[in-house]
Amino acid sequence: MPSISLQVNGKHVTAEVESRTLLVELLREKLGLTGTHVGCDTSQCGACTVHVDGRSVKSCTMLAVEAEGRAVTTIEGLATDGKLHPMQAAFHELHGLQCGYCTPGMVMSAVDLVARKPDASDEEIRAWLEGNLCRCTGYHNIVRAVRSAAAQSGGR
Amino acid sequence: MARGGIGDSLKRKEDARFLTGRGTYTDDINRPGQAHAAFVRSPHAHARIRAVRTEAARAAPGVVAVLTGADLAADKVGILPAGWLIHSKDGSPMVEPGHPALVADKVRHVGDQVAVVVAETREQARAGAALVEVDYEVLPAAVNLVEAIRPGAPLVHDAARLNTCYDWHLGDKAATDAAFAGAHKVVTLDLVNNRLIPNAMEPRSAIGDHDRVTGDFTLITSSQNPHLIRLLLAAFTMPGTPEHKLRVVAPDVGGGFGSKIFHYAEDFVVLWAARRLGRPVKWTSTRSEAFVTDAHGRDHVTHVELALDRDGKFLGLRERTLANMGAYLSQFAPSVPTYLHSTLLAGCYTTPAIYAEVRAVFTNTVPVDAYRGAGRPEATYLLERIVDVAAREMGIDRVEIRRRNFIRPDQFPYQTPVALQYDSGNYQATLETALRKADWAGFEKRRAEARSRGKLRGIGISTYVEACGIAPSAVVGALGGRVGLWESAQVRVHPTGSVTVFTGAHSHGQGHETTFAQLVADRLGISPDAVEVVHGDTAKSAFAMGTYGSRSLAVGGTAIVKALDKIVTKGKKIAAHLLEAAEGDVEFESGRFVVKGTDRAKTFGEVVLAAYIPHKYPAGLEPGLEEGAVYDPMNFTFPAGCHVCEVEIDPDTGSTRVVAFTAVDDVGTVINPMIVEGQVHGGVTQGIGQALLEGAVYDDDGQLLTGSFLGYTMPRAADVPSYQVATETTACTHNPLGVKGVGEVGAIGSPPAVINAVCDAIGIRHIEMPATPERVWRAIRDARKS
Amino acid sequence: MNDFQFHRPGKLSDAVALLRKAPEGKYLGGGQSLLPVMKLGLAAPSDLVALSGLPDLQGIRVEGKELVVGAAATHAEVAASPEVKKAIPALAALAEHIGDAQVRNRGTLGGSLAHNDPSADYPAAVLALGATVQTDRRRIAADDYFQGMYATALEPDEVITAVRFPIPEKAAYAKFPHPASRFALVGVMVAKGPAGIRVAVTGAGPGVFRQAAMEKALAARFAEDALSAVVVPSAGLSSDPLGSPEYRAHLVGVMARRAVAACG
Repeated sequence: MPSISLQVNGKHVTAEVESRTLLVELLREKLGLTGTHVGCDTSQCGACTVHVDGRSVKSCTMLAVEAEGRAVTTIEGLATDGKLHPMQAAFHELHGLQCGYCTPGMVMSAVDLVARKPDASDEEIRAWLEGNLCRCTGYHNIVRAVRSAAAQSGGR
Repeated sequence: MARGGIGDSLKRKEDARFLTGRGTYTDDINRPGQAHAAFVRSPHAHARIRAVRTEAARAAPGVVAVLTGADLAADKVGILPAGWLIHSKDGSPMVEPGHPALVADKVRHVGDQVAVVVAETREQARAGAALVEVDYEVLPAAVNLVEAIRPGAPLVHDAARLNTCYDWHLGDKAATDAAFAGAHKVVTLDLVNNRLIPNAMEPRSAIGDHDRVTGDFTLITSSQNPHLIRLLLAAFTMPGTPEHKLRVVAPDVGGGFGSKIFHYAEDFVVLWAARRLGRPVKWTSTRSEAFVTDAHGRDHVTHVELALDRDGKFLGLRERTLANMGAYLSQFAPSVPTYLHSTLLAGCYTTPAIYAEVRAVFTNTVPVDAYRGAGRPEATYLLERIVDVAAREMGIDRVEIRRRNFIRPDQFPYQTPVALQYDSGNYQATLETALRKADWAGFEKRRAEARSRGKLRGIGISTYVEACGIAPSAVVGALGGRVGLWESAQVRVHPTGSVTVFTGAHSHGQGHETTFAQLVADRLGISPDAVEVVHGDTAKSAFAMGTYGSRSLAVGGTAIVKALDKIVTKGKKIAAHLLEAAEGDVEFESGRFVVKGTDRAKTFGEVVLAAYIPHKYPAGLEPGLEEGAVYDPMNFTFPAGCHVCEVEIDPDTGSTRVVAFTAVDDVGTVINPMIVEGQVHGGVTQGIGQALLEGAVYDDDGQLLTGSFLGYTMPRAADVPSYQVATETTACTHNPLGVKGVGEVGAIGSPPAVINAVCDAIGIRHIEMPATPERVWRAIRDARKS
Repeated sequence: MNDFQFHRPGKLSDAVALLRKAPEGKYLGGGQSLLPVMKLGLAAPSDLVALSGLPDLQGIRVEGKELVVGAAATHAEVAASPEVKKAIPALAALAEHIGDAQVRNRGTLGGSLAHNDPSADYPAAVLALGATVQTDRRRIAADDYFQGMYATALEPDEVITAVRFPIPEKAAYAKFPHPASRFALVGVMVAKGPAGIRVAVTGAGPGVFRQAAMEKALAARFAEDALSAVVVPSAGLSSDPLGSPEYRAHLVGVMARRAVAACG
């Protein structure tokens, strides 16, 4: 079995994985990071979104071996020193989550958007979130939360 | 208002774990020694099983066991029951075929479970399942709802002639016929309520465990109602298993929308396999599996007729509906198109005579059951569509015809001709507020502006009443329900004053941990932070019925209030003793027990402490402070409202964009406005999904053509607008909080508002849901031709 | 998904050697097409040879009258590239709307072309712009490269290293996304450039194709209304519950007119 080493949430990790092991399987099953969820098997729902070298990817559509030498950030690694990331805080303040299942992927995707485009309009936020499905919130409060977090990060 | 009290948009207590990845959904849980299950499922809609060959699978790496329908039959277990008995017009009971958790003789839909492979890892179980060879004799399938009842159609169950499960009716046929005979105008409409696939984001998952020493079973499952699952296991699928040896835990559950109410085959199979193998067995659905195993929703074909007088007053309404049951009866399926549907045909209107005929039909498709709204969206849709058609054909304004027929505020309680008695409502108020907020009056200007950009803009309105807070047990019993629909609660006040609430309601996104804490905080005058709500575990909460039908607050919340009343009553006794006053002179307000007209008082905390350290204590009173209560509602609750939708259509492509949506709902007393608005946003989005995007499509052979997110259109962020949401409140008169329920209103009121807007934009009488770009393009083309 | 051997060669020649040795090897680009197919069990290679890190496949640059995009360029990189935006803004815009954000961060130009999904966007650009597919051993003209659904002119062990796009005078892409999958239900790229006036259609049929009647009409007069008289036949077009052949044929006309209008 290939052995891989990578950074996960700032910590160095070495793991034995099969070649076919998906990044999300490494995270959930080997590393116990169950905050990253799986909501489909056709790479659409985005519940499994994590950051690899700072960019959002679907961890169900990336092999663990492809993460060799990369820095992976999951929802568990977003808060620092026990303080919620502004995006997490905005989701809480503006009720951007209900059942919580899509939330980790949604938050990770939104963080990538704000890093890239802090002044995104509502329309751009909605377009960016095409790869993240939510069945509970109707997206209304998610869009508000992303906008609010962007404003706090200095976008507007 | 106090922080966290009733009416405060308290931020949710459950968010912290969900936002940091610390939620615990079933698939996040692993038990020591656990094996994994994968199911062998039918690729055919209808086929006889000639043989199941398991040798290759048994020999595959890691495979622990292969179990088939024959094993299940030998153990005499695993027949999934229906929870509601409907009688046909002629008095005969519905045809009720059993649904074996693994079928041995015949598969009846694509996805039907034939065998289960248990292996050391998930991958090995799946690989093993692929090696099970099933020899099928493929049979012709009954797929299309209309064709399934024709003589000669293939039979899904031999016992169901013409594939008919029941042929039911409701209402006064003679009175309705008379109303039609005397009508100035009769308007008719044929429509389809499209089949939907719930797609909660968390796929179903279950872990079965059995302790051979103690005999204890534990099922961890993504369910909306763990107690109901335990009851059905003990009474039906695992007969002979003592209920006290069964524990069902529903931990964090990632959305349900009805689809996680039911007792599914997999829940039983993992427990059964765990007992046989002596080790925990886990199964998690893939999304592809979910598409062919989670109960679908809606799927009606309806003919509706409305009789009107010269002034547009409704005289009578007739409905004739075919309701798809799918291949087997899921638990609530028989009740959905009957008592949860035709009983709502009065809507907001004074229609004096109504007659409904509903025929439930088996087809070789996935079972159909309750999905957000369950029967009421179908009722609202046919009603609000035919009202629009009537307005169009009689030349009466769409809003005006509704106003003319509304039940007036002074007519409550209002007895409808279809069994229900509405206790309260003000349909004018929600209508007028919605019209104002949506700027209905200014619409034509917006239409003209859109036209200048080459776009077709339309506006649509719908009003609705729904029945929720399900339900008075005596009523549901009389209507064929096989369970009581009350709810229980226990409130435990700890010695230092914090509170744990045990509820039978289950939260899978609704925020009960927050809303219920607010009830307690408001009643006891303590901080909501001092309240913990425990749910989802039969070992913790008393028997209860769970969450569906927007019942959690109206029924479960009322049970909590009743328990809190008992806490306060006991507290008064203790306080009276401590204060040396008569019990009748002690009042409880703002967290203090006060002797009326004096400044003598004891705080809640002092009284609680006295209850646990009863050094100075009333004689005969038990120490401690914990109370339980059960609430069986006296009536349904009747949320109502008005939704206004504005769409813009690109006539070149038929693409429809919802550009504005206003929902004004009367859900009774609002505990947490933020959560209420969130529920409406989500429900409306599912309604827009039904109207424009979502629809399950089977081909003639019974293959699901929309079996993944690649083919089934889920609403995405860019498909919906930001919403305008408001409430108008008339309190429910028969529960102490005055609450009605909000979980389903969005999905009930919105589809006709959207379709009415689409029809208005194009200038047509009707278009079927989902109004996909191609359908809309064709409708525009046909309208231009004619 | 079945297990396989994973290889991460450092050199292009090593990649080819590894693939030749493998019983049923496949190259892996960003994995956004191949991994979903493997997860559904529709492909089960014995070996995966990762290409994304190979130096020969990197870079986006203008060489003379051509824009050269390395096969390993992700959709996000193409969308954000100043070189692409300047040389062929329509290509950057197309890349900006492939899949979703997460897919664009992983998916590559080379991977998309090697997979040749009949609803993918890039094939329309490559064909309409008359691009050349550069491989480890030859250059393949777009007209020869695409050979129907999931089929290309590539040898099993051949590696796309770059695509050379002649810089057009004008070009635009108009897409009507499939409501569910968000792939192109119909996408039309129109280009006027060194390769002449070319109209390429994706999504509508079993593979990307050129619409000759439209090209002829636009050659006579490059204007939106020049297309009004062109009848797009529906025969042979794809069908699913959200798009009949007739509707797709209609959309080819609409998208083509929009692309021409966007060309300015």
